[in-house]
Amino acid sequence: MNSSPNFIGAMIPAKPETNFVLRCADNAMILGQRLSEMCGHAPELELDLALTNISLDLIGQAGLLYDHVQTLEKLAPNADVLALTRDQNAYLNCLLVAQPNVDFAHIVLRQYLFSTFQKRQYEALLSSSDETLAAIAEKSLKEIAYHIRFAKDWVLRLGDGTEDSHERMADALDCLWRYSGELFEKDSVLAAAIDAGLLTDFTDKYEAWQIEVVALLAEATLTPPDDTHMLKGGYQGHQEDHLGHILTDMQYMQLKYPSLQW
Amino acid sequence: MVTPDEVFNKNDAVSNSDEMRAVLFELLSQVEDPEIPVVNIVELGIVRDIIVGSPVQIILTPTYVGCPATHMITQMVRDKLDASGFGEAEIKNQLSPAWTTDWITTEAKAKLKAYGIDPPAHSHTLSELKAIATCPRCGSTNSKLVSEFGSTPCKAFYTCKDCLEPFDKFKCH
Repeated sequence: MNSSPNFIGAMIPAKPETNFVLRCADNAMILGQRLSEMCGHAPELELDLALTNISLDLIGQAGLLYDHVQTLEKLAPNADVLALTRDQNAYLNCLLVAQPNVDFAHIVLRQYLFSTFQKRQYEALLSSSDETLAAIAEKSLKEIAYHIRFAKDWVLRLGDGTEDSHERMADALDCLWRYSGELFEKDSVLAAAIDAGLLTDFTDKYEAWQIEVVALLAEATLTPPDDTHMLKGGYQGHQEDHLGHILTDMQYMQLKYPSLQW
Repeated sequence: MVTPDEVFNKNDAVSNSDEMRAVLFELLSQVEDPEIPVVNIVELGIVRDIIVGSPVQIILTPTYVGCPATHMITQMVRDKLDASGFGEAEIKNQLSPAWTTDWITTEAKAKLKAYGIDPPAHSHTLSELKAIATCPRCGSTNSKLVSEFGSTPCKAFYTCKDCLEPFDKFKCH
């Protein structure tokens, strides 16, 4: 086995454009991996299929985005090494996507918050100066429409369901709401990417997003917690332990057998 | 059918390229979809274009970004080209414009139906995601959604409430 250190880890992106695309790739990859944990474990066969299909879509997006990162700045020998062998704090996903699959309520709420955000973020890429990125966004948006529908239906059904399902949704909302602020945060990297024409400024959609989400939650008889202190830092690589647990599984083969090929 | 060799041997450049393009489309229409073998990749709209030049370029587009069949289709096209004297041809993947089920030909939609898959509605229903499923066996629209996600990324799963048969619906995209 080739254990060359070149096949472990990747360089840190120098350009804000690359950094931004890597964030998008890591978001899709980590949520895709998180959902794939449910393969064979969902409450019903149909839900198992749904979660793994969404996982497949996200990992497909991630594949295209990592390939694209490599064309912007060659951070690793290949896209697999980039995707699968970095240290925990070199991943630039938002904190939300790494949150654990506590129960089905957490899973569908996490999906709803993420997919409704991702829709706005990808819409902001449609007129990108980067044609490949615009094409990836255009393609993915069709799939995201299905992700939103699935998650939204379940948030409604469980929130406005039995006493138990309502309590579980309320608990999920209490846990996950604090990660929603990061999704629309404009830090220096995002601001520079917007200035470079990579995307339009979607952070001004935060309020519209909140209105839409809060309305759906109200329909599901749920209310987000007041005055939540928003947790941030994932986009800057300050990851929580949850990501570490994902990586121990996700990176096992690639770290044990660097440069392995199927 | 004209063989690749016959096309190469012609002198008239214009008819040569038109004819070669037609030959290649015919050739690629022999490549079946790996998941739904009754339809081929040309009638599914996966072969976006064939540019005759040197080298010949075959433009493919994926149906779903994570669809495992995408890699297999690329390999099947490669094998078909190699086996038919077009080893020099290049395969390019193009994402935009994004594949839509509206590119599936009417003929292919009929084949899907005969195979037991309700063909996709027009993509303008995508915004509402409310396409009506029609049972491919008895034609009834009285059906129940069993699973929004089916055995492949492109399908949802329904049951007909009249004839009670389960069936796949090709999702509009």
